[in-house]
Amino acid sequence: MSRRKFLSKILPIQSSQQEMLPPPPTGGLTPYSGAWTTEQVVHLLKRTQFGAKWEDVQYFASRTFQQSITEILNPTAPAPAPPVKDYIPASTAVKPDTYIAPGTTWVNDILADGALFGSRVLSFQKWWIGNMVNQDRSIREKMILFWHNHFATEADTISNSAYVYGHHQILRTNALGNFKALTRAITLDPGMLVYLNGQYNTVTAPDENYGRELQELFCCGKGPDSKYTEDDVKAAARVLTGWRINTTTATAYFDITRHDKNAKKFSSFYNNTTIAGRTTATAGEQELDDLLNMIFATNEVSKYICRRLYRWFIYYDIDASVETNIITPLANIFVQNNYEILPVLEALLKSEHFFNSLAMGCQIKSPIDLVVGLCREFSVALPPASDYATNYGLFNYLFNWASNMQQRIGDPPDVSGWKAYYQEPLFYEVWINSDTLPRRIQFSDTMMLSGYTLSGFQMIVNAAEWVKKFPLPADPNQLINDVTKRLLRIDISTASKQQLKRDILLAGQSEDKYWTDAWNLFLSTPGNISNSNTVKNRLRDLIKYIMNLPEYQLS
Amino acid sequence: MKRRSFLQKSLPAGVLLPSLLNGFSFRAFGLEAAELSSLLLPATETDHVLVIVQLNGGNDGLNMVIPVENFSNYVNARKNIYIPEEKVLPLNGKAGLHPAMTGLSNLYQDGQLKVIHSVGYPQPNFSHFRATDIWMSASDSATLINTGWAGRYLNYEYPNFPNGYPNASMTDPLAIQIGSVTSLTFQGPSVSMGMSISSTSNFYNLVNGVTDPVPNTPAGKELAFIRVVAQQTQQYATAIKNAAAKVTKQVTYPSSNGLADQLKIVARLIAGGLQTRVYMVNYGGFDTHSVQVNSTDTTTGTHANLLKNVSAAIKAFQDDLRMLGADNRVVGMTFSEFGRRIKSNDSGGTDHGAAAPCFLFGKQVTGGVLGDTPIIPSNATVNDNLPFQYDFRSVYATLLSKWLCVEDNDLQQIMLKNFQQLPLINGIACKKPVDLSGEQLISNYPNPFTSSTVITFKTAGGHTLIQVLDASGRVVANLTDKDYPAGTYTVAFDSGFMPSGVYYARLQNITIQQVRPMLKVR
Repeated sequence: MSRRKFLSKILPIQSSQQEMLPPPPTGGLTPYSGAWTTEQVVHLLKRTQFGAKWEDVQYFASRTFQQSITEILNPTAPAPAPPVKDYIPASTAVKPDTYIAPGTTWVNDILADGALFGSRVLSFQKWWIGNMVNQDRSIREKMILFWHNHFATEADTISNSAYVYGHHQILRTNALGNFKALTRAITLDPGMLVYLNGQYNTVTAPDENYGRELQELFCCGKGPDSKYTEDDVKAAARVLTGWRINTTTATAYFDITRHDKNAKKFSSFYNNTTIAGRTTATAGEQELDDLLNMIFATNEVSKYICRRLYRWFIYYDIDASVETNIITPLANIFVQNNYEILPVLEALLKSEHFFNSLAMGCQIKSPIDLVVGLCREFSVALPPASDYATNYGLFNYLFNWASNMQQRIGDPPDVSGWKAYYQEPLFYEVWINSDTLPRRIQFSDTMMLSGYTLSGFQMIVNAAEWVKKFPLPADPNQLINDVTKRLLRIDISTASKQQLKRDILLAGQSEDKYWTDAWNLFLSTPGNISNSNTVKNRLRDLIKYIMNLPEYQLS
Repeated sequence: MKRRSFLQKSLPAGVLLPSLLNGFSFRAFGLEAAELSSLLLPATETDHVLVIVQLNGGNDGLNMVIPVENFSNYVNARKNIYIPEEKVLPLNGKAGLHPAMTGLSNLYQDGQLKVIHSVGYPQPNFSHFRATDIWMSASDSATLINTGWAGRYLNYEYPNFPNGYPNASMTDPLAIQIGSVTSLTFQGPSVSMGMSISSTSNFYNLVNGVTDPVPNTPAGKELAFIRVVAQQTQQYATAIKNAAAKVTKQVTYPSSNGLADQLKIVARLIAGGLQTRVYMVNYGGFDTHSVQVNSTDTTTGTHANLLKNVSAAIKAFQDDLRMLGADNRVVGMTFSEFGRRIKSNDSGGTDHGAAAPCFLFGKQVTGGVLGDTPIIPSNATVNDNLPFQYDFRSVYATLLSKWLCVEDNDLQQIMLKNFQQLPLINGIACKKPVDLSGEQLISNYPNPFTSSTVITFKTAGGHTLIQVLDASGRVVANLTDKDYPAGTYTVAFDSGFMPSGVYYARLQNITIQQVRPMLKVR
């Protein structure tokens, strides 16, 4: 059975589609002018980053709303150093990269050796997890994952680590740039030329794969007004004939002998455009530019991308009011700014719609959001960056958890990306089923109870240290309020909090002072092992319990 | 090879969860081969159930079991809160129950209640948290143990849990606690061996398929979805629902009684056929530092209400079990992290204390009172505490051995040490054969003796303990407790002013123990 068939059997449990759908968030793109408190900061950070890190919430809460959005949209952190060799070359390697020292990068070693590919692509995946865990305070990492889901490629299929890394670098460097430029770069990306067979697209044997997805998945989408035709797919494929890969330099080049030099005629959806056939060495680039100009002249590109951004940052349900009040004006901004991404993000993230209470807590965390977000929200300690081997091992552990929860970065299910962002009517609910929900709970339990130990380093949530950051942990009521405010987007009832306080923090006692005394003793006399254990275990159990609540899966 | 070591060698973690594409795994339900299932049978075959009732806060044992025998000193120590003698419900003529505990008084008269005087441990701890951990882990006062006594027991019965569970031979939770978290009591070496039902209302929600309402918002819609999946994937939801469904009628339990609400669920699950071995419920509010009685009538007030609820809940529970035909299978015990001070304070309450009585209840309990009525000093001072007569771990060890039928050799591993067993449970409950084989390792001369006797013992080497116990199992002397080279040794026992009668000299050498009866005569 193919993986997709298997998944489609196991995935949906049931849809929660009810007869009465809840109202979508209200408000348009009018800039938000309401309160700027922890509530809003946490919302903004959970959506634009992986989890709302405690320190980041404080940081942005002490700045204005405008300053915060500006900073989130304009990363200043330098690009991360490339992934390094953390593996021992397989004994079956024909050309083992023995000249590359462990801990130095392999990305410039452009060879397509199958025996090294697996180790290298895993090194890349660990590195990527590390970039997310150690992300700056900007939206960049979340946008890189957005584009990975959008221009989905599978490393397994590309089967060349240099191409996989090169493809990722295009997403990384263009993540907040110009969408049209990004699309052009992706079209000529060796990874994509392998993945969607562009390298085999020739005048004698046209391959429609990329020409189709360029329209269906990457630019125009399948919205009601996206009326490109099958002939348009064929014509686009002919425009794109002749591109090949230089395996020595890992770059694309154009081979005019394989190019279709005839004119390509498009449908009325594209205003009956004809792209002239060229015959020179620059034909490939010229015709590609014509093709992109034609596609980007339609209204569908901007709307399609804005809908995808909406589903990534706000909610999946796009009804007529959202289409009118958000998608259409946002698409206009996109076009007016020549497909620059930042103005669109700025308008969306600053909008009263984004901060509408109905927009809060309605996302189901993706596995990456859950796994990486947990590490960040609790500031889980990692070894110094110089200890790359241990760090990569820990990132590998996180990578495997997210993969087992069905989000394996670098290897999405297919060219459509993860179903959570397009599969109607479930959308995010695809992430949650009878296999993945217990895994999610097992992950948070493990990170609370035993953590993961590698080379003597234990990666674990230190609940007591985390709680120390709060203003008044000695007060069990305020403590539980503060903790749920950070970890849950739908608050639990006062009665539930009272029960948690009594059952866990007070261990069945009735008086708050027993917690207060224990906490204060823990601060003043940490060497009192018995009391310190009591405090740490109570906090561990409290936070573990809160993360076991269905509410914790929401973002 | 022992069954367990075989299991550990042959069943690495996760072997029952065949990995599939991309790390997907099938759930364990019903997939494992029959021979694997049979390996997962518990070490001991028994349908006995233990119910632990935790009374949070430190229950005032002296006002629960009133020392009638020493009444004037009791009154003297507790002028503002004592229970008048004529109101006390009689037990054995030497001590009596608080007048609010009519239900337990009835059970006592039916021979289904055992009152154990002055249960505690050396060097008592007065912190709620630490004392609770000591009781739950069954540790020494100064030792930190991160596992619970019942967790260690369940780990011995069901090694490898949770890998391979539930399975064909154990479909049910090993232990159930009602409360947000499973307590230290159920903590095994690596995972908690118990599951918690977070509240009584959540139990009925689960049984009735109800989920809490959510707001009509996008977030509420997603929350409702996750809750449905969460209920479907709650590992033991089906087992619990099925068991609950088998019991359609229960006796009337007292209302507005949190303990009764919990025990009602426990009775339903037991009678519904869950194979769960241990249940734990808890009831709080016993931290009565002030105004534990109404000054106008000390038989009423906060503590009286608590005791009334405990008594009525346990009585209803026993009645229910009898009506449901499950009373032969269940023994319950109460405990609190400590008793309270002998002397009451000026605010009409009592401060944290030490030893206190435990109750055992059930049809297979040998009824009566165990131990001496606590001696109250004639002029009790503010820091006076009751010394313990019985180590609480002797109660646990007895329950494990005589009720849950654990082999004596394994008992010590579970309890971490060897503890004296007490006459608490009907001897036929576990049908244990008496071991008559083997060499005699301990003897004494002269026997009978008048004041002193010399005990000769043979040790295989290593830690060796020689104790003298009286007829009711109390340790009256520790003659030696240290490492020895293998060999034969002697120690003298001077019985001083101890009354005449039967004593037992007990040898414990690692896992070996032998007891030698000795008779003191005038």
